[in-house]
Amino acid sequence: MGANSHQESFPWKHIIGFLLSLVLTFAALWVALSSGLPLKAVIGIIVLFAVIQASLQLFMFMHVNESDSGRMQTFNMMYSFFIAVVVVAGSIWVMQFVL
Amino acid sequence: MKWSEFFVTGEPLIYAADVAIVLTMIGIVFVLTYFKKWKWLWDEWLTTVDHKKIGVMYIICAVLMLFRGGVDALLMRAQLTAPNMKFLDAQHYNEIFTTHGTIMILFMAMPFIIGLMNIVVPLQIGARDVAFPYLNALSFWLFFFGALLFNISFVIGGSPDAGWTAYFPLAGNEFSHGVGNNYYAVALQISGIGTLMTGINFLVTILKMRAPGMTLMRMPMFTWTILITCVLIIFAFPVLTVALALMTFDRVFGTQFFTMANGGMSMLWANLFWIWGHPEVYIVILPSFGIFSEVVSTFAQKRLFGYKAMVGSIVGIAFLSFIVWVHHFFTMGAGPAVNSAFSITTMAIAIPTGVKVFNWLFTIRKGKIRFTTAMLWSLAFIPNFVIGGVTGVMLAMAAADYQYHNSYFLIAHFHYVLIAGTVFACFAGLHYWYPKMFGHILNERLGKWTFWLFMIGFNVCFFPMYFLGLMGMTRRMYTYSDGLGWTPLNVVATVGAVLMGIGFIVLCYNIYYSARYGERDMTGDPWNGRTLEWATASPPVHYNFPVTPVVEDIDAYWVMKKKYGGFHVKEEDLKPIHMPSNSGRPFWMSVAFFVAGFGLVFKWFALAIAGALFIVLGLILRSFEDDDGYYIPVDEIKRMERAARKGA
Ligand code: HEM
Ligand SMILES: [Cu+2]
Repeated sequence: MGANSHQESFPWKHIIGFLLSLVLTFAALWVALSSGLPLKAVIGIIVLFAVIQASLQLFMFMHVNESDSGRMQTFNMMYSFFIAVVVVAGSIWVMQFVL
Repeated sequence: MKWSEFFVTGEPLIYAADVAIVLTMIGIVFVLTYFKKWKWLWDEWLTTVDHKKIGVMYIICAVLMLFRGGVDALLMRAQLTAPNMKFLDAQHYNEIFTTHGTIMILFMAMPFIIGLMNIVVPLQIGARDVAFPYLNALSFWLFFFGALLFNISFVIGGSPDAGWTAYFPLAGNEFSHGVGNNYYAVALQISGIGTLMTGINFLVTILKMRAPGMTLMRMPMFTWTILITCVLIIFAFPVLTVALALMTFDRVFGTQFFTMANGGMSMLWANLFWIWGHPEVYIVILPSFGIFSEVVSTFAQKRLFGYKAMVGSIVGIAFLSFIVWVHHFFTMGAGPAVNSAFSITTMAIAIPTGVKVFNWLFTIRKGKIRFTTAMLWSLAFIPNFVIGGVTGVMLAMAAADYQYHNSYFLIAHFHYVLIAGTVFACFAGLHYWYPKMFGHILNERLGKWTFWLFMIGFNVCFFPMYFLGLMGMTRRMYTYSDGLGWTPLNVVATVGAVLMGIGFIVLCYNIYYSARYGERDMTGDPWNGRTLEWATASPPVHYNFPVTPVVEDIDAYWVMKKKYGGFHVKEEDLKPIHMPSNSGRPFWMSVAFFVAGFGLVFKWFALAIAGALFIVLGLILRSFEDDDGYYIPVDEIKRMERAARKGA
């Protein structure tokens, strides 16, 4: 697979992405375990952290904006989003009878 | 843990297996040492990154697992032949149907398909290897050690016994003590990671490494099905990964995700399992459709009918396969709205599937058919699979499913789709591509014996089960009483199972016989093939194509033969070829996974951590590795080409 045209001497992007991911993960852990906030707020905050981290990784590790096949990427993202909704919303709907 | 619990004791069958395992291992070590083959094994196989060799190793494992799963099946059939049999007790029967189901799907069907795709896809698209050869080796070894971990459970610690679906709460600590279901969670996790990486690898390979001129709509149908299968793998397997991780936490660390007490939600497991599980069955059936498409068009000597409709229906099936999962548990009680919705989506799958069936029939129509073994498997697939499909639509009607659910009707249905679909396809693909893998043809006469024995045996075994199901026999029952009227049909079913067993033995003999006396394939194109894999030598030189072929249409090689009389390479066009280097790291990293997994199964955390450290070490070493592969000089290519084409 041809050489990456954005080759850097040191992988700064990866390191920064990695550190930020760690920070976000531990922040979520702290919010959930010892912040003392009400349950609804905790869930809201950790979902927010998760979304931030997912997008962070898309740019820092997966180079979404560096590819030349934009259409494929858009399609891919839309499909992932569709599956995520199916899995999460679908499960909640299906399992409603025991919730 | 006491040693008497570590080794499974008390069953004569298990002692026999212990002896057999020890003898086999001594035998293998002896042969390798006596013939001084250790270095050969390491250099040529254990460290290889060549997609063809990896594919061969997958298929060897799959055939071994077919044997293991088949023995399990025969044991179950023996137990059920007559009422009140004492051959297996309830616990042993539970363990056997669990290992049979899990092994057949995850360690037989999947690796067989993945093996064929490893061998064929890069050749069909005119590539020299997959996109990430090192990762490919890692995928294989993770699968291998995952399968090994699962298989040792029956002599060390005890087998899982909660069904291949491992439903909670039964599979949880509340009802299953012992380590059996830990094996299930950890072994499937390890091999599942390998499968996920294979999905990514082949998606990239197919999207990025096609020969010039091969647009998406000129790809061979098998490659198309693999592309879509990869999408299914990439989106379905993470769900399994997460579900198994939660299961492991519950079982090993005492969390309460799926428990009955403390707010756990045991039924959520079934939901997550089938969100993965239904796409999974399409992961093994779509490539089968691809294999049949290739074989049918080659031996009807016609272009595949309705190429675009075929592609459309694969995409449609893949899309639908993510929104039908509830049909596996209509009876759980989700209510009429949920059940109706999933009932409709499930029935909708019959439409694209029907389109494909008609396309195959139209491909055969007016073709000059050659009845080779591969073609016989493909022709038999159509009516048998239709029986499985029609009964599937019957099961899809939620209200009616309350009658069929978990009866032998279901057992018959899914064996009709899994055997007549996937297993027939694996056999068809094995006969079809065998010369490409090994340079000689599987004997056709023995092949036809296998076909008739297995195909007839299959129907004799499973057709009566539809009726047993309607008569009230439920799945996973280890015995039944006299006077229910089930005995005659059960006897018939067992006879069928034995016929299949004999068919399998003939296949194994055929492999041996053909290796010694089989017809050598000197042309590289024994079937008058249509796609690019037949443009290479049999077996192909390890770089596959001396120069990259140029594709002008669907059935690229067929067009080349018509226009230019074949795939010609001028020596002055040769350039040095860039190839990836072998590596031993995928192998030892997977050993580390095995060790860590074994530690987790037995809750020996020191061992688990030690294994995990080696995994991390492997990752670090790989990250700082600076190996860009090597170049094969032109003179060397010339020499290899002449050697490969000798006799052509
Ligand atoms: C080769 C001949 C085969 C025979 C004779 C056979 C026979 C059986 C029998 C007797 C059962 C248990 C029924 C019960 O007590 O509930 C069973 C279950 C099952 N079989 Fe097969 N089978 C064969 C091949 C296959 C293949 C090729 C696959 C998959 C690719 C497969 C997948 C399964 C699964 C998933 C189950 C359910 C296990 C469970 O209940 O957890 N079988 N089979
Ligand atoms: Cu399903």
